[in-house]
Amino acid sequence: MRNIFAVAGIAIKELYRRKDFYVLFIVTVLICIVMAAVNIYNNPEIIRYVKAICLLLIWISSLVIAITTTARQIPAEREQRTLLPLLAKPLSRSQLILGKFLGCWIACGLALLCFYVFFAILASTHEHTWPGLSYFQAAFMHWIALGIIIAMALLGSLVFAAPSSNSTICFVVVVGILTVARYLDVVALSLQEPFRSIVLAIYFGVPHLEFFDMRKLIVHDWPLVEWRFIGLATLYAAVYMGVFLAAACLIFRKKAVN
Amino acid sequence: MSAILKTEKLRVEFKNRETRQASKVALIGLDLQVNAGEVFGFLGPNGAGKTTTINALLGFIQPTSGKASLFGIDVSQPIARQRIGYLPEMTYYYKFLTAEELLRFYSKIFGLSRSEAERRIDNVLKLVELESSRKRLIKTYSKGMQQRVGLAQALINNPDLLMLDEPTSGLDPLGRMKVREIIQRLKQEGKTVFFSSHELGEVETVCDRVAIIHQGELKAVGPVNEIMAGRASLEKAFLDIVGYQPQSAL
Repeated sequence: MRNIFAVAGIAIKELYRRKDFYVLFIVTVLICIVMAAVNIYNNPEIIRYVKAICLLLIWISSLVIAITTTARQIPAEREQRTLLPLLAKPLSRSQLILGKFLGCWIACGLALLCFYVFFAILASTHEHTWPGLSYFQAAFMHWIALGIIIAMALLGSLVFAAPSSNSTICFVVVVGILTVARYLDVVALSLQEPFRSIVLAIYFGVPHLEFFDMRKLIVHDWPLVEWRFIGLATLYAAVYMGVFLAAACLIFRKKAVN
Repeated sequence: MSAILKTEKLRVEFKNRETRQASKVALIGLDLQVNAGEVFGFLGPNGAGKTTTINALLGFIQPTSGKASLFGIDVSQPIARQRIGYLPEMTYYYKFLTAEELLRFYSKIFGLSRSEAERRIDNVLKLVELESSRKRLIKTYSKGMQQRVGLAQALINNPDLLMLDEPTSGLDPLGRMKVREIIQRLKQEGKTVFFSSHELGEVETVCDRVAIIHQGELKAVGPVNEIMAGRASLEKAFLDIVGYQPQSAL
């Protein structure tokens, strides 16, 4: 574990010493503040609209940070040859992968915390309420979803040579899952075999990231989700993270790094 | 003498990605043994297989066949690298870290305690004369300074075996002298140094034994004076062994 945490610490340091996070945070803050200023009549519909836009921006920003940060981790180590002195130490390749995953996940979690604290402050100035548990549930599920995405991007970084192609593929897959995956079972029913089975296999095989999207809960002030469902969703995510990370370790195990 | 670095019939083939056929044989049955406390020079022309040997010894590439071990442990085990220090040919380190942070990170991987790590960081930064720049980001360092950071990271765990891949390439005369001094100091401390180099004068000065590799095959191995065998210099011996014929002789 010591080695995993050491590698994770470096990944976290890298994210906070680069400009990406700060640029995205400032852009998100500025857009949200401008949006919030529109609410001059204190109309609840407008408030909901502003909240929905802010949360959408937070999701987009977090996806950009998570995918771009993770996709470059291993390729940058190889390209800049920092991987050689690192793997010449008593560090296994699996520890390196797990450390990179943990570092990116924690770093994205910290970034997410900044975004959600800002959102909570902005929302409370308009609604004069503070549904803290709802915000916590939404942020926590969002972070869990990022865990799946980060594990997937890490696997992609070992399969695809260029970080840019990995990032693009990950964005397409994640956005595709978030927008289309929930309808695949319905689509499958309208198809002939073998396409029906193929689409159904995709439906059951892909990680359903939409389970973790709790924006509507906050936007419409819906009641809290039962904690046992949060626990089940976390377990569901843990399985996908485990599968992606195991595949990444397996691929990286014998890969030449010279 | 106990062997702390050993290869037996080590063979490395690089495959063509499309045909999956062996397109280049980089090492052909390499048998090498480095004993504790000796300074061992690994020589050969460009493309002879020196870096490939080091890469196989550090587990960066998988040998096609044969065995390689460090301190009697198979090189595929990460623990085999616990007592070694390694300086790659081209040094690149995390540009967003300071020298001090980089060394602290590596000392964590070696499992050094916090107090031991701080003591070692002070020592190695003093040794490579980077004390005054320890809190500066590595991206602001000159090439020579980056090479010295590389040397510092290779020494952070007080290694019993130091592996240097062309440590003086690209260094100015002062930098080369510094590297030579460090190698000699380690030799006096009873450490083992294994290094590849093109600087034959330097090898002649500091090495106890040398091996000469050419086209993936070990051509000669032994004490420097035996390799020279009455020739005027190690360079002359090297050229004879690799079969170099001057233009005038053709």
